[in-house]
Amino acid sequence: MSEKYLEIRNITKVFQTPEGGEVRALDDVTLDIASGEFFILLGPSGCGKTTLLRSIAGLEYPDSGEIILQGERIDDKPPYDRPVNTVFQSYALFPHMTVGDNIAFGLEMENVDKDEVAKRVEEALEQVQLAGYAKRMPSQLSGGQQQRVALARALAKKPKVLLLDEPLSALDLKLRRGMQVELKRLQRETGITFVFVTHDQEEAMSMGDRIAVFSQGKIVQLDTPVEVYRRPVNAYVADFIGETNLIKGTVVSGGISLPGGNVLPTDQLAADSVIPASGDVTVAIRPEDLVLATNGMISGTVRDVIFTGDSVRVHVTVGDVEVIASLASYGTEIPEQGSKVTLNPEHRAARTVAS
Amino acid sequence: MTAVTTPPKKQAQRGRPGQSSPKLAYLPIIFLAFAIGVPLLIIVVYSFLEKPSQGTGVKWVFTLENYKALFIQEKLDGTTALDTRYIKVLWTSFYYSLLTTVVTLVLSIPVAMWIATRDARKRNLLVALVTLPFWISILIRTYGMRQIVADEGPIGKFLGIFNIEWSILYSPPATILGLIYVFLPFMILPIYASAERFDFRLAEAAYDLGAKRMTVVRRVILPSIRPGVISGIALVFIPALGSFLQSDMLGGGKTNMVANVIANNFGQARNWPFGSALAVLLIVLTLLFVLIMQGAAQRRGDKVELV
Repeated sequence: MSEKYLEIRNITKVFQTPEGGEVRALDDVTLDIASGEFFILLGPSGCGKTTLLRSIAGLEYPDSGEIILQGERIDDKPPYDRPVNTVFQSYALFPHMTVGDNIAFGLEMENVDKDEVAKRVEEALEQVQLAGYAKRMPSQLSGGQQQRVALARALAKKPKVLLLDEPLSALDLKLRRGMQVELKRLQRETGITFVFVTHDQEEAMSMGDRIAVFSQGKIVQLDTPVEVYRRPVNAYVADFIGETNLIKGTVVSGGISLPGGNVLPTDQLAADSVIPASGDVTVAIRPEDLVLATNGMISGTVRDVIFTGDSVRVHVTVGDVEVIASLASYGTEIPEQGSKVTLNPEHRAARTVAS
Repeated sequence: MTAVTTPPKKQAQRGRPGQSSPKLAYLPIIFLAFAIGVPLLIIVVYSFLEKPSQGTGVKWVFTLENYKALFIQEKLDGTTALDTRYIKVLWTSFYYSLLTTVVTLVLSIPVAMWIATRDARKRNLLVALVTLPFWISILIRTYGMRQIVADEGPIGKFLGIFNIEWSILYSPPATILGLIYVFLPFMILPIYASAERFDFRLAEAAYDLGAKRMTVVRRVILPSIRPGVISGIALVFIPALGSFLQSDMLGGGKTNMVANVIANNFGQARNWPFGSALAVLLIVLTLLFVLIMQGAAQRRGDKVELV
């Protein structure tokens, strides 16, 4: 993954707000994306991830910095001169053209000859499992099908990088899951480098080879899904990726004092946790890493019990904070609301995080 | 939970909310039918009647002479020949209207697109500016135009500095200029209405797929605003074909359009039946044009209704 394919060098982009203020959409962002990688830009809305995507596409020009593709600078080129293509969140299919003409449009711009265009349109439609839909109008298709056409239109150009701007956000959950698997398959089969923008951490983790987590125009963490989930660099990432109990505590000898008079021994924390000699720390524990125990380390009172089918979520009031434990649906005795319980962190998965 | 549920009432009995009674539409429809139908009927009937030997009006004798006279001239020696005078007048009107339509179209597309890409507040202001001429009587505006294009008017004086001769008043260019000026808003507004709905993300998508500026305009923007363009063409071409004020006041009556000839027959020439026949011919030609436009619109699958 160290091979340099798409390099983003010190990109900064500042927008003026109508009120006269400034928003740093991208703040000195640098990253390398490898050839054939499924790369995710993840973050909440307004974090700069879409601005970065649009800068790569050429629909936005950064104030400073460089974008280099295969050793060649592309950031000063207009969008039509860049060998990258975008799948838009709104699909942006041309409503007055048939599905086939939509896909052919990009190829005609390259002066591909007619027979070749027809062949590649058919190919692209097969890739997205819409063979035989070429004569339809976009308005005659469902949202999921329009999304596939948008994908086919971009793929037909055989881009060096395919940019996807929250392409699945308008689909319902079931369709979205199906498309996630299909996109992953398409990416593997075509070998095209995908840069995928999303605010959905689950989507990011299930699809990405690597994830760049954005916050306020900066990359907070860049790593594989497993690493980002298991070793979040700070409370923001821990909270954004998956679900996490963030409990404020104080360092005491041999452990960390948590609310409600509980003490979590140091040897229960992840081995690479950084624990200062004294002062306040934040402990991050995933709900699925907490189990009910007799005489456990964290005691509290059950406030709510929510059965979700595959798990039972128990909200426990610990001192003045609420801690959520996600328990297996079978083989667990479900505690009564109002009862006193104790919890234990498992797998040494709890860790201290920078707040 | 109660076990009793009322069955849903039949929809048709109540009608949908917001749907008014068809009875309310009767009065306006009757009024429109009278206001359009009766004069039209009178014109058609008159066109088949004879002109009285004295005075104005009609003589109730059926004849086809008026239609014959549109194309055929009877000479003093009793022989007949093709009369091209009225064909020429019709051609002139057609030509002026076409020129007006083309020029207003070319001017309106960039203006409409520009307005459509401003923010909401500016858009409203600019649309208000486009409609501003409607606040002043067309007669006064045409008088104004006469002052502007006059030999000694501002344009003439300015060009005079460079020793360029300027003399277009009471000639065809002044008529056409007047037509363009009056009909420009009728072209801008419908195109703007289409352009405002245009999703500019489509233009981005086209750029992204490798299209250059002009290709984006030609293949994505123009097809999207086509309904507005068709409405604009209809709104400019049809009234321009029947306009007479511009050629009367700016063309100096030398450059007659068909409406001037019709007016003249009902006025000084005192030939109502012939004026009626010419009017019927104009209506038929206009209808023909509308049908062609609608046919073109339907072939493209656009939702444009002209008739």
